[in-house]
Amino acid sequence: MTTSSATTDPYTTVIGLEVHVQLQTHTKLFCGCSTTFGSPPNTQVCPTCLGLPGSLPVMNREAFTLAVRAALALNCRIAPFTKWDRKNYFYPDLPKGYQISQFDLPFSSDGWLEVVDPKGAFSRKVGIIRVHLEEDAGKSMHDEAAGTADTRIDLNRAGTPLCEIVTQPDLRSPQEARAWLNELKLLLVYLGVSDCNMQEGSLRVDANVNLHIPQPDGRIAKTPIVEIKNMNSFRSVERALTYEAARQYGEWQATGAELGKTPKQTRGWDDPAGVTRAQRHKEESSDYRYFPEPDLVPVTVDEAQIAAARVAMGEPPAVLRMTLAERWKISAYDADVLVNQGRELVAYYEDVATRVGEGKVASNWLQQDVLRTLNERGETIDAFPIRPDALADLIGRVQKGDFDTSRGREIFAEVLASGRSVADVVAALGIAAVADDELIALCRELIAENPKIVADVKAGKEQAAAGLIGQAKKKNPNVNPGKVRQMCLDLIKAT
Amino acid sequence: MTLARQDVAKVASLARLALSDDELQRMTSELSKIVGFVSQLEELDTAAVAPLAHPLDTQNVFRDDTPRPSLTTAEALQAAPRHDGECFLVPAVLGESGAA
Amino acid sequence: MQPAELSAVELVAAIRQGDLTATQCTEAFLDRIARLDGSLNAFLHVDRDGALATAAAIDARRKAGKPLGPLAGLPVAVKDALCTRDLPTTCASKMLAGFRPPYDADTVARLRAADAVIVGKTNMDEFAMGGSNENSAFGPVKNPWDLTRAPGGSSGGSAACVAADMAPVAIGSDTGGSIRQPAGLCGITGLKPTYGRVSRRGLVAFASSLDQIGPMARSAADCALVLEAIAGHDPGDSTSLAAEVPRYTDLLEQPLTGLRIGRVRDHYAEGLDSEVRKGVDEAFAVFEAAGATVHDVELPHAKYGVATYYLIAPCEASSNLARYDGAHYGHRAQLGGGHRAGSECQQFESPLVEMYCRSRGEGFGPEVKRRIMLGTYALSAGYYDAYYAKALKVRRLIRQDYLDAFQKVDLIGGPVSATPAFKLGEKTGDPLAMYLVDLYTVATNLAGVGGISFPCGFTRGGLPVGFQLQGPALAEPLLLRAADRFQRLTDWHTRRPKQIA
Repeated sequence: MTTSSATTDPYTTVIGLEVHVQLQTHTKLFCGCSTTFGSPPNTQVCPTCLGLPGSLPVMNREAFTLAVRAALALNCRIAPFTKWDRKNYFYPDLPKGYQISQFDLPFSSDGWLEVVDPKGAFSRKVGIIRVHLEEDAGKSMHDEAAGTADTRIDLNRAGTPLCEIVTQPDLRSPQEARAWLNELKLLLVYLGVSDCNMQEGSLRVDANVNLHIPQPDGRIAKTPIVEIKNMNSFRSVERALTYEAARQYGEWQATGAELGKTPKQTRGWDDPAGVTRAQRHKEESSDYRYFPEPDLVPVTVDEAQIAAARVAMGEPPAVLRMTLAERWKISAYDADVLVNQGRELVAYYEDVATRVGEGKVASNWLQQDVLRTLNERGETIDAFPIRPDALADLIGRVQKGDFDTSRGREIFAEVLASGRSVADVVAALGIAAVADDELIALCRELIAENPKIVADVKAGKEQAAAGLIGQAKKKNPNVNPGKVRQMCLDLIKAT
Repeated sequence: MTLARQDVAKVASLARLALSDDELQRMTSELSKIVGFVSQLEELDTAAVAPLAHPLDTQNVFRDDTPRPSLTTAEALQAAPRHDGECFLVPAVLGESGAA
Repeated sequence: MQPAELSAVELVAAIRQGDLTATQCTEAFLDRIARLDGSLNAFLHVDRDGALATAAAIDARRKAGKPLGPLAGLPVAVKDALCTRDLPTTCASKMLAGFRPPYDADTVARLRAADAVIVGKTNMDEFAMGGSNENSAFGPVKNPWDLTRAPGGSSGGSAACVAADMAPVAIGSDTGGSIRQPAGLCGITGLKPTYGRVSRRGLVAFASSLDQIGPMARSAADCALVLEAIAGHDPGDSTSLAAEVPRYTDLLEQPLTGLRIGRVRDHYAEGLDSEVRKGVDEAFAVFEAAGATVHDVELPHAKYGVATYYLIAPCEASSNLARYDGAHYGHRAQLGGGHRAGSECQQFESPLVEMYCRSRGEGFGPEVKRRIMLGTYALSAGYYDAYYAKALKVRRLIRQDYLDAFQKVDLIGGPVSATPAFKLGEKTGDPLAMYLVDLYTVATNLAGVGGISFPCGFTRGGLPVGFQLQGPALAEPLLLRAADRFQRLTDWHTRRPKQIA
């Protein structure tokens, strides 16, 4: 892939991401406990997710379905045969002492997801090494201030289905990483796979980063790969990577340390301080002693199931952008803005556009009025009080020439504020369409009162007619300025 | 087959088992004998044999995504060595394992 | 009427007909437990009050003319490896001392649904690891035929309590022979069903790909009665078989004419006790007299069974037992101040790690630690292929041997154990010698098929000798029918240990 990202850095930043996404199921991966976020601690637990003696896992079909849908949308190959493995390590948020995960036969691998900057700054096709399904751990809560106090363990989250998505080190800047994550999130939300809410932990990102530094002799010096954890927003990801790239460059300049000579380091992002900090390295923690999970049986997937999953998938955002641009004759940029707002907004847009019969006008109203209002009010389109039929009604009246766009905006604001219908608001504001004979009378009046303008127009300065429009609106706020202008010009020329 | 005491100590650490000096001594000699015994499998040529992890040929066992009642918090914590009525309590740990 | 002298089939019939109340029956067995268990140590918990309450409820329902379950009023002893809501479940480990699970194992739930009366939880080798019951944290079980001898294991408490008529039937679990071997050494009948026939949900896991629950009783007919109640598909166990459960009790009548029984040459290798050999030979003769034919078959890889088993089982166990770490339930060590080292090699990196290591070090007995260590070692980086992966390949060869053999014969017969019950303490100093007691039983579990053991004679010293039949997957009807036919033609299974009678 190409990039036009102009950089003055004397190095290339090489980034790979590891993303954990909680799947949007009602119940956990291996038991019937609810996955609702924010419940009181240890209220969504049972023998299975507590890891009690004798308890057994049974796979949630919906979790597997959603995982396959995500992998297909990431252009992955779906394995015809997949199995589960135990990853053994001790941690109090992992009550069984092992995590049920996938090791050598993940259900999918070898995909890609492309991110295209709408402003043309870069476009990047990022390879996906694998996507696998596993269970989440519980939460450890430690009160730092209390010093030696105990750590509290809440196992509500333990067993929540997770997809782990591992990319190739294909990203070349912190900005690209952030943009790619936005595209990934958009895709997964579109598919109904995950709500990708980072605040609630349903999307978590770790990044592997190092630098490629061209040397005068043509050799490329590579800095040691560092894994960055604890990034709580996409903005943090961008900031952490930016910081880390600069830090690695400084360290390389100071020590010359290169890849392969030191073990992989893990650093945690300290958001308030804006720095990454080295995390303690545990010697044996990497010996996970994976082996096949004997409590679960393998899963097979055939072509028919994959085809069905593709149908259920619907149009992913990248396809939808092209479809929208083509269908409604809007620019790629406009399509991008609309699609990035999510599937519900696109549905709203298409509903309005269909009723209005014109995509561009509908797109303008959505971008300038609806989106602005949503942003101001912090609402989503589902809760937006002006439904597509009402907005289409309003736009239609503007198109018919009942009133102009700025008058339309006033009506939009009033409909929003009062909750009344467009027709009611139009009537209440006394906005009635101005009849033709009324318009002619008004224009005659204007011509009679403005001999100077008439003379200028007659002398060929048609733009002088603009002076009449302001006066017309004072006489009758409902007149359509375009119509007034045309009518006045016609009358002047006819005299 | 002889295992080194240091290696056995490393395995104990991986298995999170505190062993006394005596236990470690005995474990080293017993494990050496047992590993020697199981190493008889080496005499079989299994190059062309696929592993068999499980006796069942069953596949695709699923359940529906339907919530079922959970335990009460009191039931969940009933056997906990230490708890505060809401959470399990363990000696201080920093950070989360984070299901990596 | 002396309930202890009746079979389970007869007891259930007597209670149903009103010749005996569930309460009378339960009291009779509870009284025997009270009288005898002090010297046998077969029970870890006896639920006198709960059992009598259940029995009374059953009697009341019978009186009211309400329907009763197929095991109504039948006292059952349950191995302490199965979770019971109202009784401690300890797996004979200090780690789980006093632990009460918040749920019933599927088998326990089925027993309750069938109106069985659970009288208590039986002693066992800690976490089912052992072949003598000497690995119990709560003291060994004594063999009712000779109190100086081991009852076998790991379901030694279940075997001994049936042999001593403290319960007409018991539930055991079998990972490498833990039902069949103690049944053989205690002179009772024990069935290890096909893997997946009985749900494992609520059975405290030892080695998940090998574990299977089964009935232990004085006869094959009684085993059939209990299996009918506990077998069946459980949607809560992904490895439970969906196949329909036959009416085992109705399938016992058919004669054995034409049945082909395989005899394995390797079973007669050195180490087989001459009196055991004699009993086994006589058993084959009984089957021939009943119309069966005996054929030599080969299980060429069976001799690798013990080595294969002692890799696969410890590997799975090392993971299954990771949950016992003192964090959420079970034993937690009291931490002294500061980080003391466990030995010169172990420096604890945090109080949490110290809590883990000490809790596990204190909570587990020596055999459990040995197997956790062996399994952890065999799965660890650099050893996985040489040990665990290798064992999985040999497992396939062993299973293939069975598939091939069952092309030629219907069942495979032979000894359960190479020797009769051995002395307590005889093998405790040598773990490897103890592992070899599983020689004839482990391959059944590796192959995932079924096996039944039952008495086929006694030594001059008065110790029972066991015979084992193994069958293909889901051949329980045939295993039970063959053993039942044998028991119609012999009376070994009716003998009772004099010492305690």
